[in-house]
Amino acid sequence: MTTSESASAKKTTRDIYLPPERKVVAGGGTAHIVAKNFSIYYSEFEAVKKVSADILSKYVTAIIGPSGCGKSTFLRAINRMNDLIPSCHTSGSLLFDGDDIYGKYTDEVLLRKKVGMVFQKPNPFPKSIFDNIAYGPRLHGVSDKKKLMEIVERSLRKAAIWDEVCDRLDKNALGLSGGQQQRICVARTLAVEPEVLLLDEPTSALDPKATAKIEDLIQELRGSYTIMIVTHNMQQASRVSDSTMFFYEGVLVEHAATAQLFTNPKDPMTEDYITGRFS
Amino acid sequence: MNIGTRKILDRSFTAVGIGSIVVMALALMIIVVPIVSNGIGAILFTGTIEHRKMLRNEFQRGNVQNLASEVASSERYRARLYEMLTTFEGELETMAPEKKREYMSQYSQVKTALQALLGPLPGDTTPMLTRFKYGQTRWEKAEEKLHELLYESKWDNSNADIMGKEYFVSRAKAFEGTALAPIFPYIKTNLREMLLPEFTLYWGFITDSSVDSHFFGGIWPEIKGTFFLAIGAMLFAFPLGVVAAIYFTEYAKPGFLNSMLRSANSTLAGVPSIVFGMFGLAFFINTLRVSESKSVIAGSLTLAIMILPTIIRSAEEAILAVPKMYREASLGLGSTKWNTIATVIIPAALPGILTGGVISLGRAAGETAPIIFTAAVSVGSAIGLADVFSSPTPALSWNIYNLASEHEAAAQIRHVQYGMVLALVTIVLLLNLSAIVLRARISKKLKG
Repeated sequence: MTTSESASAKKTTRDIYLPPERKVVAGGGTAHIVAKNFSIYYSEFEAVKKVSADILSKYVTAIIGPSGCGKSTFLRAINRMNDLIPSCHTSGSLLFDGDDIYGKYTDEVLLRKKVGMVFQKPNPFPKSIFDNIAYGPRLHGVSDKKKLMEIVERSLRKAAIWDEVCDRLDKNALGLSGGQQQRICVARTLAVEPEVLLLDEPTSALDPKATAKIEDLIQELRGSYTIMIVTHNMQQASRVSDSTMFFYEGVLVEHAATAQLFTNPKDPMTEDYITGRFS
Repeated sequence: MNIGTRKILDRSFTAVGIGSIVVMALALMIIVVPIVSNGIGAILFTGTIEHRKMLRNEFQRGNVQNLASEVASSERYRARLYEMLTTFEGELETMAPEKKREYMSQYSQVKTALQALLGPLPGDTTPMLTRFKYGQTRWEKAEEKLHELLYESKWDNSNADIMGKEYFVSRAKAFEGTALAPIFPYIKTNLREMLLPEFTLYWGFITDSSVDSHFFGGIWPEIKGTFFLAIGAMLFAFPLGVVAAIYFTEYAKPGFLNSMLRSANSTLAGVPSIVFGMFGLAFFINTLRVSESKSVIAGSLTLAIMILPTIIRSAEEAILAVPKMYREASLGLGSTKWNTIATVIIPAALPGILTGGVISLGRAAGETAPIIFTAAVSVGSAIGLADVFSSPTPALSWNIYNLASEHEAAAQIRHVQYGMVLALVTIVLLLNLSAIVLRARISKKLKG
C-alpha cells in the first residue's frame, strides 16, 4: 500500500515542518473568514442553516459531511460562486478580513481575486499551459512577457508541476493527465496571488497517485495560504487539515481541531459519521 | 419480451433504417446526377466554328490565323450551298405566280432554318441582336436545327377527341423537281465540314459576362452578384446575431419580455422568404430609402434579416454548450463577466457559431424570393464594390428562375440554366464543406 505509506511519511514531515503552536487550532491564530448566523437559500430551501464559524488564517480547514449537506454550497459562498445560480440568496453575515462578502458595495471580482478556487473536476481552459497560468495575471493587467514568464514559472513550481511541464508550456493543457490538469488549475489559481484557496473536492476525480500528489501540494502550501478543502474522504481530511468542520443537513454540527474531532468528537452524530455508521 | 422477439425487433428496425437511407440516397442521386451531367455541358461541349467566331468577335479570344483558315475551309462548303440557293431563286422568278407563292412561303421557312443553323446568309443585312449574328455554336443544337431544316413539323388534328399529334414531312419531297431539292442531302452530308465541330473546354462560362441575355458568354456577373449579396448579408447579420445570442444567453433575465423575444425569434425563422422580400422592398427601399431602387445593399439587408434568426439560434446553442466549468474557472480567477465572455466563452463556442454562420451564408446565397424585389435583375454587367449602394445585380438564384420561366428563348439555352444550377449548388456545397473543415480545425485546436 504505497499511498498509506506515503501518507504516514507525510505526517512526519508535517510534524517536523509545522511550528508547535500550529497544532493548537481552536482559539489560536487570527480569523480570516468569519460566519455569523449565515444561511444560504435556494429559492425557499435553506441549504446552509445559521452557520457560525471562524476560519483561521493560514491554516487548512477541512469540511466533511454526507452528500447534499451544504458543504460545497458553503464553500462556494465564500467567493460568491453561488451568484451564478439566480435563485440563490443568503442571510446573516459572512466576513472576509472584516468586510461583508455579501455587502452592498462588495466587488465580487476583487473578492474572487483574493479568494481563489479549485474545482472538483480539473477544468483547464482549452489553451496552452502557459496561457492557462497567465490568464489571471493578464486579466489583472500584467502584459510584460518576461514578467508573465516569471509568474508562470513561480506558480508552476509552487504547484509542484514545473518539472513535468517546463518543456511543453506551449502545448494544450487538455493533453495532460487528470492529476496534472488539477495541479495546473492550482497553479492557475496561485498565479493570481490569492490569500485564500478554496478546494472543492479537488481529488474526487483523480486516482490515488494523483491524489497523493495533490495532498503533498496542500502540505507545501499550508502556512502560506488560508486553505479550505471540501472532501468526502475522511482519511484525507485527517491527513491534510488542521481543523475540520462537520456539516449535516445544512447545519454545522461540529467544528474542532482535526485531531480532536477524529479521535474524540463531542457530538454523537459526528462520531457516527466518522466511524461510518451512516453516510 | 423474450430474446427472439427482441432480436426480430432489432433487425426489422435496422432494415427499415437502412431502407430509408437508401431511399434518401437514391433521391439525392436523382437530383444531383442530371444537375452535374447537364451543368458540366455548359463548360465541356462540342463547339462549332460559330462558337469560335463568337469568342473572337465578342471576347477577342482565340487564334486569328487558325480561325481564318477554318473559316476559309468552311466557306468553301457553304459557297456551294449559297450557289444552289441563288439558282433556286432564279428558277423561282420564272415560275407561274400561284406556284411561286406556294414555294415562297416554304422557301422562307427553309431560309430561316438555314440562318439559325449557319448564321446570316449572303445578302442579309447585319442583324441587330447578337444571337442572330452567329449560327449554332453547339453541335447537339446544330443537329436539332438540321432536323428542323430537313423536316417540316405538322400537327395531326383529325381526331377531335385527343390532342394533336406532331408529325414530320420531308422538305426534300416538297421541293422535288426544283433546284432546291439537292441542298437537303448536301447539307446532311456536309454539315460537319460547314460547322467544323470540335471538343471545347469553355472556362469562360464561369469568368465571362453574358452576351445578348445569356445566349452566349458566361455567368460571371451572376456569380459575383451572388457573392456580394451573401457576404453583404453576413456582414450585417453575423455580428448582430452573435451579439443578440450573447445577450439572450448571458444577460437577459428570464421573464415575459425575454420569452416573447425568444418566440419572436423562432417565429421569424419560420416566415416564408417571399415575405422577407416584400418587407425588404417596403422597408429598406420605400421607407428607409437606402437606395433609389433595387440595389445590392437593399438585397443584402433583406437577406440579413432573413438569416438573422438562424444565426442567433445556432450561436445561442453553441454558447449554451460551453461547459459551465470554463465559466466558473474564469470567474473564480477574478475575471469580470464581460472578460469571461470574450476570452473563454466565445472562443470555446466559436466552432458552433461559425458553423451556423457559414450555413446561413449558404442559405443567403441560394435564396431567390428576398432579392426579387430588392436586388435582382435578369441581365446586367458584373458590379464592383463601388456600385453596391446604387446598382442592382444579376444573381444565380434569381437568374435560374428567370431563365427557366421568363426568358424569351428559354428552350434554346437550357445548358446555361443547368450551368447556373451547378454553379450555385457547387458554391453552397463548398461553403458548407468549408464550415465542416473550419469546425474540425478549431475543435482540434481546442481539444489539444
